[in-house]
Parts: sequence; structure tokens; C-alpha cells
Amino acid sequence: MAEKIGVYIDESSVAPLLNAEELAAYVKEKCGGACPIVKAHKRLSSPDGVAMIKADVDAGELDAVLICGTSPRVDWDVFTFGDKVLVDRVNLREFVTLSYKNPDGSSVAAGGPIPAELRSMVQDYLRMGVVKMQKMNRPNPELPETNRTILVLGGGFTGMNAALAAAGAGAEVILVEKSDKLGGRAAGLYKTFPMNYPYLEATDTGIDRLIGLVTGNSRIKVRLNTTLKLLAGAPAMYEATLASGGNEEKVPVGSVVLAAGWTPMETEALAPFGYGKFKNVVTSAEFEAMVKAGDIKRPSDGKEPKTVVFIQCVGSRDKSLDRPYCSGFCCMYTAKQAILTKDHIPDSQSYVFYMDIRSPGKMYDEFTRRAMEEYGARYIRGRVAMVYPKDGKMIVRGADTLAGTQVEVEADLVVLAAGAEAAKGAPQLAEKLRISYDKYGFFMESHPKLKPVETNTAGVYLAGSCQGPKDIPQSVGQGSAAAAKVLALFSKDMLESDPQISRVDIKRCVGCGKCIMTCPFKAIKEVEFRGQKKAEVIETVCQGCGICTSTCPQGAIQLSHFTDNQILAEVNALCQS
Amino acid sequence: MPVLTGKELRIVGFLCNWCSYGGADTAGVGRFNQPTDLRIIRVPCSGRIDPLFIAKTLINGADGVLVSGCHPRDCHYAEGNFYARRRLEVLKRFLPILGIDPARFDYTWVSASEGQRWQKVVTVFTEQIHALGPATRHENVSPELLAKVASAIQGGNRVAA
Repeated sequence: MAEKIGVYIDESSVAPLLNAEELAAYVKEKCGGACPIVKAHKRLSSPDGVAMIKADVDAGELDAVLICGTSPRVDWDVFTFGDKVLVDRVNLREFVTLSYKNPDGSSVAAGGPIPAELRSMVQDYLRMGVVKMQKMNRPNPELPETNRTILVLGGGFTGMNAALAAAGAGAEVILVEKSDKLGGRAAGLYKTFPMNYPYLEATDTGIDRLIGLVTGNSRIKVRLNTTLKLLAGAPAMYEATLASGGNEEKVPVGSVVLAAGWTPMETEALAPFGYGKFKNVVTSAEFEAMVKAGDIKRPSDGKEPKTVVFIQCVGSRDKSLDRPYCSGFCCMYTAKQAILTKDHIPDSQSYVFYMDIRSPGKMYDEFTRRAMEEYGARYIRGRVAMVYPKDGKMIVRGADTLAGTQVEVEADLVVLAAGAEAAKGAPQLAEKLRISYDKYGFFMESHPKLKPVETNTAGVYLAGSCQGPKDIPQSVGQGSAAAAKVLALFSKDMLESDPQISRVDIKRCVGCGKCIMTCPFKAIKEVEFRGQKKAEVIETVCQGCGICTSTCPQGAIQLSHFTDNQILAEVNALCQS
Repeated sequence: MPVLTGKELRIVGFLCNWCSYGGADTAGVGRFNQPTDLRIIRVPCSGRIDPLFIAKTLINGADGVLVSGCHPRDCHYAEGNFYARRRLEVLKRFLPILGIDPARFDYTWVSASEGQRWQKVVTVFTEQIHALGPATRHENVSPELLAKVASAIQGGNRVAA
């Protein structure tokens, strides 16, 4: 309970309508007993203002600080005075001075008499703030020992880069890969579109070198043929159950980087183009494998194809398949494959049916142009209506929307640029980790701009195409970003938990388990206490929503800073005085 | 503080920190003209709001209670406002049993960017409460009886205020 509250009034938030000194006098008069220090300052969020409060805190005269001025949604990181001092805010700017207008809609003239409504409003908010603070409990953040091992799920390009970045900074990494080898999708690529200067030639993916670095790194333990079965616990103290073959093993880990990757779209999207029916219709992945093996041949008769038709956006940007999103990298790899075709078969001709060319990466557009201008790939803007065999060839009939005509191409080989889908089992994995996923199975980040690699589960981070289709450079970037976030989490010796978390009064708790069921974050677990079932909050997982508090029939679980007592005290301050 | 007799009524708003509180901030920053009857209590999530808070607020002398949270499917805590929606809908039907006009209570969804919507919500709700007039005060009721009522609402288990 806060007994010595310092009340600070921000003049810049209340002036010129209200006089900060007058407000301070009001607080002294009404709540002086609880508030030994009541001060006004020109601008509290300035270094000078913060220093003034800090001096009072350091003098040991306060156990709580009440900032009366701006909304608590702004400057929340400015007013922190260590874990011994409670801080709360009273919103006088947004809720009072900015929103107040005379009944006729005009603004209040500065310096004139203060309207009674305005005075009543500001005084109510000040009293509410003090009574709420009086009932606020001192924070008691528990600081668990940290386990700094990072569990990387997925041994593809993204996962390996995240593992290397983290290991490079000294972290221990366990790299878990579902299949029997590292490399992921990139291992199936012959070359990728350019990733280095001068960004003109398709380049080697570098995946073999990357695999070498990972397997040769003493800090990275690679676990092939392994999947995650369960993740329990809290950041810095997770316990991962890894399943391999018939064996299960429990491994303590500190955090998780999820790089589960993607999978090319399946046959249902490809069937309209004759895939599965005609041998000479192949997917880009199959074509890539041919190029990698060094012989591009028609599957039907083993002859070298002279005319190759690439069809883009197969399964992408297609509402009828419920895949309205753009897979992002197909434009680029199709251009690459057109170039590689010409490289391997100089007298060949490529056609590309496209909807739009989406090549927004660095020098990407130059690369696609090069496929057209230097390698002579013919780009036809339009959708393909049908693909059918005739005299040993595949006839690709489609529209050329730029010319406004129908086109028919006699192809030796048809390559379908299948779009990207979330990896198989991605939703199930997300549910094990208690993170969100969208309707297509891609994992959801905490915030698209502010927290692009964080998830709603503390200590679980996202990287690469499991979050949405990405090409290699983007995946590498995100893998490194996720590693940086994990390292930032572990940069402290001890992990601090947020003071706004729920706590269980073990005497009141009857062990009904309703809070465990309603908690969206699985932050409450059942424990045995002297032979009785009780709830216990995992403090580092609790996000402070308070749903458990309003669920508990006993009032036994209370959200710090927003306890029943505090909220009802605010109500009483308004209604009863 | 007695409300300004004849001019204002006492309306209490419970707003979730992430959406509606931000929406009210936005309305302030946008300097939208708002009635002055409402006082806002910040809660982390509309799911934090115990229906008993609202019953207690109305019995304690508030003339109206407004709850506002994130739009359904847009909760900062994933599903808090779904719990809120169920609880508050039940409460609204339960209020007549307590002898309270359910029109004195409403719940709504306002996002942090919807300052204009917040202005509208507050204005409409305040007008609605003004049309109902002041709530019956329990001034002639003995404090013992009031305490009994309060304890009955709280089921005897909840923390007393």
C-alpha cells in the first residue's frame, strides 16, 4: 500500500485553462495526509522534471509517484523510478484540458473564470488518482535465473542464419530440424536470384557453406529428424519436449526462434493447368531440381525442351482458392529460371505468363528486365485459360491483355510457379506455442511495425517464411532480427517481470481452475499446496489483462495495479464523496 | 464531490487501456466537443471489468455507466473482449432484477483511432442518461441495509470496497 505519495502536476498539460499551483493546493487540502509532497512543474517529462521527481524519490520520502498531466499512453517509459517506487498517472491533458469546451462549443478563454464543470472534472480525476494509488501494492517482481539456450525450430536458410547470429554472440543454440538434413527449401535450389554485386547474375545460394558453418559451430547442436512436442514454462525457463523417432527428451531452453518455413502449393491449385495429368507440366521446384542436376529434359521423352512456358501466380492471388495473397518471390525465381533455361539451352525460347511483375527488392527489377531484354524471355501479361497436349507438345492458351488478344504457345515444357503456403502442421505448432496464426496458417507477429519478430508468447520469436512468404534476403534479415531480440532478452543477468501481473491469494483460492481456463496466455498453472489444488501465476508469462481477476468467484486472484479494491475505490471517490 | 446539481449527472466510464482509452485520448487531442459528465476509469482490458463493478457503481449513486473496449476480434489480449461481451450482455438483462433501469448501462467498442466515434458514443450516452434523469438516491436507506445489499451483490466472497 502506498502511504507516501508524491503528486506531481504538469503545468504544460493543464495551462492555460487551469493553474497547476491551484491544483496542487487542492490535492494538499483534500489528500494531504497521504501525499507529503505535492509539486507543480513546467514540464514533467523534461529531463529537469524527471530529475526533480528522482531527487525526491532518492531522498527516501516517497513510496509512490503520481504523475498528473499527460495520458498514461504517452511517456510511459519516461516515468520509471526503480522497482521500489510505484508510479501511476492521472490523465489531465487529454481527458480534461484538451477535451473541455464551453457548452456552446467555444474554447475557454485563458485567464478567465474556470467553469464549474471543468473544475469538478479535474478535481474528480485528481482524487481518483490518489485513492487508487493509496490502494496500490508495492511491486514485487520475481527475478528468476535465466537459461540462455536458444531453441531454433527449422533448419532452413532462416533458422540456420538465426542460429549462427545467436551463436556468434556467444549463445548456446539447439537447432531442431524435422527432416533428415539441413538446408530446407534452399537446399533444393540450383541458384537464386542475385544477392550480391552487381546484382545481375543468378548466384549460388551458399546453402552448402551455411550448412558447413552451422555443423562446424561448437555452440550449435543440430538435432535432425526431431520435432517439438511441447513447450512449457516461461521465458528463460522453458522446458521443451523434443520428439525424435520414438524417443522423447526434455530440454531446458530460454527462448524459441520459430523458423518453420513454408511449402509450395499443392496439386489442387495446379490441377487446372494439367499438373498430374500431363507429364510435361512440372512445378518450379521440379524444374529447379532438373537445372540443379544439370539436365533439363522433358519428363515424357527425355528430349531437351526448346520452348518453355512459365505460368506465374499458380495458386497465388487467387480468391477462388482462398489464397488472395501474393507469394512474393515467384516473379523473381521465374525470371531466374528463364535465364537459367537460356544458359543451359542456348537455342531455347521462354514464355512467361504473368499478372504483374512484382520485383521490389534491390536491383530486382533490373534482373527481371534482364531476363526479358538480354535473355529474350517473352513476357505475356495475362492468365492462362487451359493447357492441353497436341502432337507431342503442350498447347498453352491464354490471354494477352496488353495486346487484347488470345495467344497460343506450343510448348515442350510447362513450368508452374506454385505459390507459397504455410508449412504443413503450422497451426498445430502455433497452438503448442500459444501464438496466433492467420487463416492461411502463417504465424502472427505481435505488431506488424513495432514488434515484427515478437509473438504474443513472451520469449517466442518468429523469422522467415513461417510468418509470411519471403525470399532469402528477407528471411536472413528476419532471422538475424529474431536473434537480436533473443539476445536483448538475455542481455540482463536476471529477467524482470512486469509489475502489472496477477497474483493469487492462496488462502482465498479454492482451486476451481476457472482462471486457468480463461487465461489467454496459459500463464496460470495448477499447483498442490498442502494437499489442496491452488492456482499459481507464472509471472513472466502473465501479460496483465486481468481476465482471471474478473473470472475468479472468490476474488482470490488479483491483478496488481488494477485490483478490485483499487477500481472500487475510484468508483467510491466519484460516487460517494 | 456532489455533481453540479441540475447541470450534470454522474456517469462513470470503464475503458480498456489499449483501444477505448486511446480513442478517448484521440478525441481529446482532436479537441472534439464532449459532454463533461463522464469520468473515466482505466482498466487494462474490458475482460477485466467485473459486472459487479457496474452494479456497485450504479447502486453507489452513479446515474450511468458506460463500458468500452476494443472491437471484437481486435483485443490486445486476444480474447478479453469476448468475455466482456458475454458478461456485460448478461448483466444488462440482470439489471432490472436489481431494480435498475438497464438503459443506465451500455457497452460499446471504440478503437484507439476512433476519436470521433468516441465523441459520438459519449454524447449519445450522456443524452440518454439526461433523458432518464438522476437515478434514485438511497439517501433515506440506512447504511446497514446498504451494506447488506452490497454484500448480497458481492456474493459474500468478493473483496469489500
